[in-house]
Amino acid sequence: MTDAGGEAVIELDDLRVEFGRRRILKDLRGAFHGRAIGLLGPNGAGKTTLIHTLLGFHGAAAGTARIFGRDIRSEARAIRTLVGYMPERDSFIANQTCVHFVRLMGELSGLPPAASLERAHEALFYVGLGEARYRRLGTYSLGMKQLAKLAQAIVHGPRLLFLDEPTNGLDPPARQRMLELIREIRDGGQAQIVLSSHLLRDVEECCDEILILKDGRIAHYCNLEEERKANRKFLELETRGDRESFAEAAGRLGCEYALAGEQRLKLVLQDGVEVGDLYRLAAERAVQIRRLNYKRDSLEDIFLKAMEDGDGSL
Amino acid sequence: MAVYEHTYRPYAGPLTPAWSRFLIIPRHAFGEIFQSKLFTGLFAVSFVCPLIMAIIIYLHHNSNALALLSIRSADVIAINNSFFRAFVLIQSSLAFVMAVIVGPALVSRDLTNNALPLYLSRPFSRAEYIGGKMAVLIILLSAITWIPGLLLFAFQGYLEGGGWAGENFWIARAVLVSSLVWVIVLALLATALSAWIKWRVAASAALFAVFIIPGVVGSIVTELFRTPWGNLINLTVLIQTVGDALFRQSLLDLDPWMVMPAGGAWAALLVWGAGCLLLLARKVRAYEVIS
Repeated sequence: MTDAGGEAVIELDDLRVEFGRRRILKDLRGAFHGRAIGLLGPNGAGKTTLIHTLLGFHGAAAGTARIFGRDIRSEARAIRTLVGYMPERDSFIANQTCVHFVRLMGELSGLPPAASLERAHEALFYVGLGEARYRRLGTYSLGMKQLAKLAQAIVHGPRLLFLDEPTNGLDPPARQRMLELIREIRDGGQAQIVLSSHLLRDVEECCDEILILKDGRIAHYCNLEEERKANRKFLELETRGDRESFAEAAGRLGCEYALAGEQRLKLVLQDGVEVGDLYRLAAERAVQIRRLNYKRDSLEDIFLKAMEDGDGSL
Repeated sequence: MAVYEHTYRPYAGPLTPAWSRFLIIPRHAFGEIFQSKLFTGLFAVSFVCPLIMAIIIYLHHNSNALALLSIRSADVIAINNSFFRAFVLIQSSLAFVMAVIVGPALVSRDLTNNALPLYLSRPFSRAEYIGGKMAVLIILLSAITWIPGLLLFAFQGYLEGGGWAGENFWIARAVLVSSLVWVIVLALLATALSAWIKWRVAASAALFAVFIIPGVVGSIVTELFRTPWGNLINLTVLIQTVGDALFRQSLLDLDPWMVMPAGGAWAALLVWGAGCLLLLARKVRAYEVIS
């Protein structure tokens, strides 16, 4: 979770958020450094509340958090100068053309009117709304509205972008376009990204680190690439027959195994054990091996594991 | 940088001073408001009265023009506190109409379109947002009330000469303060109602109701208990009472027991203002939290 190399993007210091008597975020602690941090968790896990708290929309009941070293309690204004926010729900200012809307947002971030207008044009061309920038927002399709929201989030060139479900409601080409833009911003190295999504694939495609929340606690935090490298390759088998005895026999050869679903079996082969040995064991027990694949843990596996094990500890 | 260079780049230029950012809201709002020909027409009509009054002041000091128009100087309206109070009353009525047109959409549209998170995720506070929205009305209504009022006063002072402006400086103060009280009360009420009532027509109706319903209730209490304090909830009477004190004249011919002390009216207006700010503080949030 720590990276000796760089400044932490976000530091959580026993951050607690309560709505009335309900505790939504429970003493979160950690420092996150990724270029693109994926925020994952089931509905109600506290992803959006965490983003809103970092933006200063909700006060912390206890503890605090820092963004680029600035405290959310005492330096909220300075933090908001550094961040861009793309909200989950439709958020607009009615009856405005898109370029007017993005320009206004730039000005509110402190840009002088002329600079803001110039950057509004640039941002809209960048996200692919250049030709439609003089249209009123009310006439935009859902995909265009999402892009307009992204444009307003980047118009002032923030160092950190909070993207809350950016691909919500997008058709596949629009989703691809949005993910491409996010990756481009990430790879440009000028801004870091916090991407909250319930779509694991989106996070997998865009993020290098993931933070999984469960019930207001941190269930898991990892560097996705390192996690993948650390994961041993395993075999996934689909079998017919006495799966349990076959698994036990493989276990006696020194293989770790796990039963999955009704027919499947996951095996980690030990040195010296070959796939041929598995076929021999299967033949001895009249077990059919219908399918055999080499696999690594996907983000889905990591997520599901976090959901099963996550106790809030890191 | 040209628009064809499609790349993400941070902004490294100068920033506007933080104190001035609330003025971004009225600047953008005026562009939109004056797109309406109806409103632009009304705004232009609002300057008819100041123009007529300026002509009256001019005629008052130009015997040749009076002779040309066959008007006796004794028939020309006297330029005194009553003259300026009449000006304030006329312009205040127009200000109310403008507030009814502009006010209801100020905050309600942002709430309907979920725009508050966009404002408040920037270096822009709730106070600045409320200040900016109120500034739309305050600037607009000031342009038709105390600003032309003070210009008329200056015009009269210039033509009259002989220390008239100095002797009657209290009239200028009365024009400024009574107009500002009215403008601020309207701005507070309209903004607060706009934050709580999303439907524009209902918000406009509520602005009327705020003056009428408490006024009726206040009058009933006043008559029933034979006390002036029933009018503490009557905004019209409160503003008139403050105006009476400032212009040193009574607008209504009331029984002495019905006259509320000016201090009481000021205090009641402060409570009304605080109530509006409280309503705004409760509603103007990035997200509403249901505990």
